[in-house]
Amino acid sequence: MSTVIKASNLVQGYGKTIVLKQVNLEIKKGEILALIGPSGSGKTTLINSIMGMINPQKGEVTLLDTRMPNRKILSNIGFMAQTDALYWTMTARENLAFFGIMQGVPKKQLKKRISYAAAVVNLEPSLNKQVQYFSGGMKRRLSLAIALVADPQILILDEPTVGIDPELRQQIWKELHHLASEGKTILLTTHVMNDAWEADNLFLIRKGEAIAQGTPRTLIKKYEVQTIEEVFLKAGRLQDAHTSND
Amino acid sequence: MRILAMIKRIITEMLRDKRTLALIFLAPLVILSLFYFMFQSNDNETAVLGVRNVDAALVKNLKNKQLKLQKVKSSKQAKELIKQYDYAGILSQKNEKLTLTLQNSDQNKSARIKQSLQLAQIKLRGKTASAQIKKQMKLIRQLSRQLGSDDNHGFAQKNAITYTTETHYVYGSSNSTFFDTLLPIMIGFVVFFFVFLISGISLLRERTSGTLNRLLATPIKRSELISGYLLGFGIFALCQTVIIVLFSIYVFNIQILGSIWNVLLINILLALTALTIGLFVSSFASSEFQMVQFIPLIVIPQIFFSGIIPVSQMAKPLQIFARFMPLYYGGHSLSEVIEKGAGLSKISLNLGILAIFIIFFLILNQLVLRRYRNV
Ligand SMILES: Nc1ncnc2c1ncn2[C@@H]1O[C@H](COP(=O)(O)OP(=O)(O)OP(=O)(O)O)[C@@H](O)[C@H]1O
Ligand SMILES: [Mg+2]
Repeated sequence: MSTVIKASNLVQGYGKTIVLKQVNLEIKKGEILALIGPSGSGKTTLINSIMGMINPQKGEVTLLDTRMPNRKILSNIGFMAQTDALYWTMTARENLAFFGIMQGVPKKQLKKRISYAAAVVNLEPSLNKQVQYFSGGMKRRLSLAIALVADPQILILDEPTVGIDPELRQQIWKELHHLASEGKTILLTTHVMNDAWEADNLFLIRKGEAIAQGTPRTLIKKYEVQTIEEVFLKAGRLQDAHTSND
Repeated sequence: MRILAMIKRIITEMLRDKRTLALIFLAPLVILSLFYFMFQSNDNETAVLGVRNVDAALVKNLKNKQLKLQKVKSSKQAKELIKQYDYAGILSQKNEKLTLTLQNSDQNKSARIKQSLQLAQIKLRGKTASAQIKKQMKLIRQLSRQLGSDDNHGFAQKNAITYTTETHYVYGSSNSTFFDTLLPIMIGFVVFFFVFLISGISLLRERTSGTLNRLLATPIKRSELISGYLLGFGIFALCQTVIIVLFSIYVFNIQILGSIWNVLLINILLALTALTIGLFVSSFASSEFQMVQFIPLIVIPQIFFSGIIPVSQMAKPLQIFARFMPLYYGGHSLSEVIEKGAGLSKISLNLGILAIFIIFFLILNQLVLRRYRNV
């Protein structure tokens, strides 16, 4: 299997503050990887670096064998930001169409793609409603639909399951597994431990450092615990012990 | 394709934002109308003109409903008399030379006095002419009766006196700000102001709502993004300009001596300059309030250099400063075209400089967007 997303020795920060310290990450074609970490650990920073929205301070990021930042590669990425970035006075359909065109969806396919993306997140009944009348969860769902609208090779989703009810969450995961089986590569961040079990691989991040990675099962075995949560706590303690030794 | 989608989006958003729409299209008209009424207010007040040593015939013809004449005997300076008695003006005569001194604090009155004086001279000439024709008719009749008789003395005699007039102003000067003089500049200013404000705030909103970042996570080129903005708002700026110019023509009855197309062209260039500056400046503001703070810094100083105050009378450093103000070029070009009927060739230099402003700020915008995505 070929590597689609790769970050090597990535050091990232804002100004003088360093947020990510020497992160190495590799995601293969058709793989779903979940980034898990506490608030402020650097998940969004990592995702933005992978998108090429911020230049790496050190190290490098490659997507589809192309070094980021690169504008053209972005047409292969379906992106969902942590904060909803939508045009409030426009309807859901207009938002989808706009971002679809921006991603380069041919006009002929646009209608079909919008119907598909809206169906995945159950937004069809509200397609003609202006976003300003949407609930928080509806906005999240529309953001996810926008990430899906261009049928991209890579999906990068920052907290896609926030504000989404369990039933719909299951439906979304079903679709994500389906997309992965078609060869799409998916990188997402989450706080929900149930999401962790759905992912092929986990990447645990704390204070800007990768503290553990592997499939959910191997991690539980390796740390000799029952849940992913406990893996996290144990790996965190080990990280603190390690840094205080320095 | 992407640019088209950008334009469509900007238009859709704008049309759904009724308040902004009203601000673009109605507020300029309200401001200009207010301005119009300010200068029309005391139109019916009678002006008092002091006359000194003026021919009785001229005085008789000067009188009209809105002009009261007051004989003045005092030999004091006209300026002193005006200040003392609040005359709108003093007309003195010495031989055939008239000296008109105008208070000029109310330009309507000054205009009326000058107009009345001109009218009186025309009337006077007309009357002498008709009196002379009568006289000549009589002469011809006499002539036919007693042919050969030498009675020519009536011909060249009693020509109307052609007065020479010299005008002085106590306050201001002859090109003081009349509504008609100011309006062309005001049009340019209003276009500049509203386009600046609305384009700036709109890009700011895009930035603070995160949609700009989201947009830059798509493969859109920075140049496409800026072109989309330029064209999308350009359409609104164009509509606004057309409405303002038509309103000025049909409601204020402004006389455009030059071509209306040139007036539109100047305004479009001004609008595009405002647009690019607005977009640029908005990247240094982090809220709508901060954007408004740029108005006294960037927009207000432009008024002073737009031609309301003659730039050539300013101190040298200020004159140099004026060259960096887009409204200096726009305002002067508008005055030239509307008041003096200047053609395209006369304003082409100014238009070229405005175009340079636009290109300069377009490039700056392109560079500033690098802060968000540097490819
Ligand atoms: N634009 C920024 N400028 C400066 N510092 C930033 C910026 N964005 C994030 N940070 C800092 O970087 C660190 C990591 O932030 P980041 O957003 O990556 O965390 P996160 O893991 O996504 O958290 P959350 O789960 O709350 O979304 C935080 O300490 C934060 O204060
Ligand atoms: Mg985050």
